[in-house]
Amino acid sequence: MLHKITIKVNGEPHSIEVGSAETLACILRERLRLTGTKLGCESGACGACCVLVDGVPRNSCLVLAATVDGATILTIEGLAGEKELHPLQKSFVEHGAIQCGFCTPGMVMSSLALITENPTATESEIKEAISGNICRCTGYTKIIKAITSIVEEYKAANMVES
Amino acid sequence: MSEFNIVGKSMPQLGSIEKVTGKALYTDDLQFDDLHYALILRSPYAHARIVSIDTSRAEALPGVKAVLTGCEYQKTFGVLPISYDETVLAVSKVRHVGEGVAAVAATTLEIAGEALKLIEVEYEELPGHFDPAAGIVPVENPVHDHGRNGSNIHKQVNLSFGDLQAAHSATLFEVSGQFEFPAVTHGFLEPHSAVARWSDSADELTIWSSTQVPFYLRRQLSRVFDLPLEKVRVIKPYVGGGFGGKSDPFPHEFVVAALAGKVRKPVKITFSREEVFISHHARHPSIIKMQLGADREGKFTYLDLDATINGGAFGSFGVVTTYYNGVLTQGPYRINNFRYQGRRIYTNLPPSGAMRGHGAVNTRFVKECLIDELAENMAIDPCDFRLANLLPEHTLTATQFRITSNGMKECIERVRRDSQWDARIGKLPYGHGLGVACSFFISGSALTINRDDPQSIVRTVREEDGRFTVYSGASDIGQGSDTVLAQVTAEVLGVDLDCIRVISADTGRCPIDIGSYSSRVTFMAGNAARLAALNLLQALEKGTGNVGVGEYESPKMGGDYKGAGAGLSPSYSFGASVVEVKVDTRTGFIKIVKVWLAHDCGKALNPQAVEGQIEGSVHMGLGQFLSEQLQFEGGRIANASFIDYKMILPTDLPEINAIIVESNDPEGPFGAKECGEGALHPVLPAAANAVYNACGLRLRKLPAAPDYVLSLLRHEHTPVGAKKP
Repeated sequence: MLHKITIKVNGEPHSIEVGSAETLACILRERLRLTGTKLGCESGACGACCVLVDGVPRNSCLVLAATVDGATILTIEGLAGEKELHPLQKSFVEHGAIQCGFCTPGMVMSSLALITENPTATESEIKEAISGNICRCTGYTKIIKAITSIVEEYKAANMVES
Repeated sequence: MSEFNIVGKSMPQLGSIEKVTGKALYTDDLQFDDLHYALILRSPYAHARIVSIDTSRAEALPGVKAVLTGCEYQKTFGVLPISYDETVLAVSKVRHVGEGVAAVAATTLEIAGEALKLIEVEYEELPGHFDPAAGIVPVENPVHDHGRNGSNIHKQVNLSFGDLQAAHSATLFEVSGQFEFPAVTHGFLEPHSAVARWSDSADELTIWSSTQVPFYLRRQLSRVFDLPLEKVRVIKPYVGGGFGGKSDPFPHEFVVAALAGKVRKPVKITFSREEVFISHHARHPSIIKMQLGADREGKFTYLDLDATINGGAFGSFGVVTTYYNGVLTQGPYRINNFRYQGRRIYTNLPPSGAMRGHGAVNTRFVKECLIDELAENMAIDPCDFRLANLLPEHTLTATQFRITSNGMKECIERVRRDSQWDARIGKLPYGHGLGVACSFFISGSALTINRDDPQSIVRTVREEDGRFTVYSGASDIGQGSDTVLAQVTAEVLGVDLDCIRVISADTGRCPIDIGSYSSRVTFMAGNAARLAALNLLQALEKGTGNVGVGEYESPKMGGDYKGAGAGLSPSYSFGASVVEVKVDTRTGFIKIVKVWLAHDCGKALNPQAVEGQIEGSVHMGLGQFLSEQLQFEGGRIANASFIDYKMILPTDLPEINAIIVESNDPEGPFGAKECGEGALHPVLPAAANAVYNACGLRLRKLPAAPDYVLSLLRHEHTPVGAKKP
């Protein structure tokens, strides 16, 4: 059975007919060709497909496309400005938090959800927030540093005491 | 002030912007017109004869464009010429659960899935061989016909150096133990994926694949499809991690090639996570016995080692693994009397192969644990004991390995100092401990797998705009080899990094590099890039041209015994780790508190990347130590998912202190040697030794999961080495 849904992806509206079993990940990758969202396990265990659905981090491999009618979706492709990376992206690059890069889009989206919700997150909150995102290359160390540095910048800019 | 402009400075990997914006294209991301989708029907049996395969109903399904079975391509292939034993799909019998039996290509993935259900295969099940110890003698229906004397022995190695008998009589202290290790797997995040397309004339094949070894894949595709090398082009897009799990030519790469030939359209396959687990080719499960002696002066007298490694269904890198279990165990210490008896046994499990720290991680664990026991028996600090037995710089080992640079001593001193070892060891409360261990690993193998292959060639060209393009076959799989090549080139040419473009791992455009495995790329491709840039510089200065070519070949070295080439490397890395643990003796739960790991990488071309390799190694090593294992029910993997295969979460991660030690190797590019694999070795035994220090348990198997630790605590099972009367 086909369902007609209207979603806004990275600011652009799309009206699409989707099958009952089609996942959001599949729609993003196959139909909208937004292949920045990765598939590592297709069972919600690795977080590589994490996108923000109405601001909430979701493993898009587990989200049926038919259930997100009307939703606003942000993928990794929608994060950077025309000329500038998002500060979080910049921090990942500068801290060497990227090796193979396959976990990076999902990892960035999970961290974005965290710092949006909790801009003064502690290290243990950061670890908790990315514990659904597997990275096999970095040992997470530089990823945690990259996110911490954004938190520290926020605290400095907003005079929040550590 | 650094003597270098680019080398030695931390910088993000090339491609980081593409990766962080989602623009980096991995194999499954590539777009093709009229793409067809392949799926493989896999055996439910570990060992069975294939009586018949009926594909007629699948072929009749609308949307199915081609069906393939094993009888169509029977030529065997593999990574080592001595072990060509895999086929595109099973021919006449299956040897492990999940081995491919048939494959289809269809216009959609759904139709391909439906088609698999319509293929009827009749099997005659055979008893499965799962226990390697039982495969040492002749067996009925062995896994392969070529096992030694009708057994399941794939490879047997017997090496002996020095005089073991004399060494025994000089021995005052000795320890021994038998250790067991389950299978662990790579766990890279990007599933295997490959797309094949033939030319309109049907005589040229192009394949895009998530591979660590494009040139080996090209060679094997050319063999199996009977094509000249130049008619096969292998392109490696961005690769989402490998760790050895993409360093064989894999059956699915041949399957898509064969199907694409039939369909005359591009055909793609991307594995499910379960298929990744099944394809495996990772660390061999092993049973290791070792005996180690020392004399009254506290010097090692001998090392006697016996390893039985479970090869699973096919050869893969296994012959090399069998040697590595022995010969890579001797360093970083001077041990002149050394015996190794090893064997690799075929079983009906998914094939074992190479995984980060290839062949030496488990035997290293055993040795470093036994050294800890020996030091305790002798009442010597384990750091002091190790320091007293180190190989020096510029020497030969008992196996005739040529040691050049050697930062081992400094590695031990650094982790000792930074962990405040001397102030804390023996003074921590019950349940809280520190442990130390060392490592030794190759910077690539000095001998190439295919004897006529060059190691690495780089061609660097000055473009019309004054910028430079580096062409190299080296495969960046996320470790950052493209960045190393660019750094080395920029340093030699005296230009900024953004003047350099790297085009790599495309057999149609780049000269050969034999692949990203055995931690060889920085040393070998790095040297080739350096030579290419030097030759280009000379040509530019003389006005004789705009291109420089560099080739790296390892110098001639090594002994003349059988197997002398195995483990021979132009340069070795060294390292040491101190691990701090807390053991909850009520629950058996081990908490890793802190890790210090010092690694001698020769010269850190990009310190941030070296730290990244150390941190990643610690994470992977601690995973094998604490929780990772493939659990088999008969021949089936019972935990083939990221939910059930327990890798360490960020919440359980200790503080990792990565310490770079630079010994400046005389032959490495700007002094560099490996850092991607050796750094994994010391962390596991250091953690085990810390557990002993915390609560008196000597671990004899991995993982050190709570149930095992508790069982040891309950039985107060603390075997310790016996002091000789």
